[in-house]
Amino acid sequence: MLAVENLHVNYGAIKALQNVSCRVEAGEIVALIGANGAGKTTILNAVSGIVPARSGRISFEGEEITGAPPHEIVRRGISQVPEGRRVFARMSVLENLEMGAYTRSDRQGVKREMERVFALFPRLAERRKQPARTLSGGEQQMLAMGRALMSTPRLLLLDEPSMGLAPMLVEKIFEIVREINGAGTTIMLVEQNASMALAIATRAYVLETGACVLQGKASELAADPQVRSAYLGE
Amino acid sequence: MLLQQLINGIALGSVYALIALGYTMVYGIIALINFAHGEIFMAGAFVGLIAVTRFHLNIFLAMLAAMAVCTVMGVVIERIAYRPLRRSSRLSALISAIGVSIFLSSLALMLFGADAKPFPDTAFPVRQIHMAGAEISSLQLLIIGVSALLMLGLEFIVRRTKIGKAMRAVSEDYQTAALMGIDVNRVISFTFAIGSALAGAGGVLVGLLFNAVSFNMGLMAGLKAFAAAVLGGIGSIPGAMLGGLFLGVTEVLGVAAGYSSYRDAIAFAILILVLLVKPTGLLGRAIQKKV
Ligand SMILES: Nc1ncnc2c1ncn2[C@@H]1O[C@H](COP(=O)(O)OP(=O)(O)O)[C@@H](O)[C@H]1O
Ligand SMILES: [Mg+2]
Repeated sequence: MLAVENLHVNYGAIKALQNVSCRVEAGEIVALIGANGAGKTTILNAVSGIVPARSGRISFEGEEITGAPPHEIVRRGISQVPEGRRVFARMSVLENLEMGAYTRSDRQGVKREMERVFALFPRLAERRKQPARTLSGGEQQMLAMGRALMSTPRLLLLDEPSMGLAPMLVEKIFEIVREINGAGTTIMLVEQNASMALAIATRAYVLETGACVLQGKASELAADPQVRSAYLGE
Repeated sequence: MLLQQLINGIALGSVYALIALGYTMVYGIIALINFAHGEIFMAGAFVGLIAVTRFHLNIFLAMLAAMAVCTVMGVVIERIAYRPLRRSSRLSALISAIGVSIFLSSLALMLFGADAKPFPDTAFPVRQIHMAGAEISSLQLLIIGVSALLMLGLEFIVRRTKIGKAMRAVSEDYQTAALMGIDVNRVISFTFAIGSALAGAGGVLVGLLFNAVSFNMGLMAGLKAFAAAVLGGIGSIPGAMLGGLFLGVTEVLGVAAGYSSYRDAIAFAILILVLLVKPTGLLGRAIQKKV
């Protein structure tokens, strides 16, 4: 479904990604794990088209999307929940969701999707009129996820959805990620919480300083002694 | 007497507010002080004048023509003078803006000459209307009415329409807005279009108010409107409205109190005072880095 081939990304003189390749097949949850600064966010942002690839190729459902503008990529069916949630703080919950549906013009579809989001996150329905800044961290994460779902993506990119949340909420968020996947949305999941990510993922890639160093079935990586000592705190 | 000055001040302040909105919206979205905005306002005044004198349009149609021409100007200026510099330093875009401003006022000087030109008396019949011990002229009513209508329209666009909400999203966080599928460049063009249209209407109203249209009218009006935008909190739409009215009223009161030779200094003195006390302006908040 998604294929990233030999991707290089620079920020000025900083080489953020060097020759990274990865794939996501339809229906999977693919985890990207790695330390802070490894380049996980950069991969997602390159796929979303908000950072340019210096070289390499990104294709989605068989068509090349390298260099396409971000709005074109959303239209093709990829949406992102950015790191740190980044809800529009001064806009209401409802308006945030509307922004997630910006590329669509089918009112019925938007309405249906909004009902689905409210069913998934009932708290958002209760707070629909409130400015997003008044929500708690967990609620903001739910809003960021709901917002990304509003375009009915076929591929959802999630960047550290558990960051800064209390353990109980983390469980809940991972449960919802699984639920979204179960309903047919393919997921690429970036996480620092490697054990949780590996527990729900089908496959995973391990990133180190801009390069992919390991890949495989999530269950196999979770059993790998190297991974266990470096990322699972053992 | 005070009521009279208040009416005069509100009329003047409404046009400051109209112009200030363009500064504040553009700043809110790309953190650029659009120095050419005053010249767009000047161009609007000339378009209005020509529409009335050459094409014998009534004042409302003339205002619409000015708004249309200014819309196109604003969009074109952004496209050729600012967009290519968006990834460069903030200073380059600012210098480019100053360049456009000088270019436009020189062009107007070349085309229309140095003398200020009046609107013909027939452009808008001015009558005095007595009410509650004060006099309000039909022109002041026109200015206040048109400004209020345009600001309500703007408020509607920004609060209720899809593109208006996208403007707010881009001004909060342009990168996340792009992730939502918002075409940020289109939103920026739209912002210039709206701001310039308001300046165009403001140009015609100021031309009528002072009965003078000249190539350099954009400079002082632009500076004062910019002061109004900063006073209200640059980036804040209600701030620009409040700042404009506040400035108009204090300027008129200052003149009435006998400080007419300091007329133009009043705006800037107030600006400095407010910024000393509240650096973000009356309704402003600290803003993040922009596009
Ligand atoms: N906007 C940026 N400008 C410069 N360097 C950046 C920028 N974003 C990320 N980097 C650098 O690129 C590398 C990868 O960052 P990132 O993709 O955010 O890593 P991760 O998400 O794995 O923590 C890091 O060295 C980081 O400092
Ligand atoms: Mg990251």
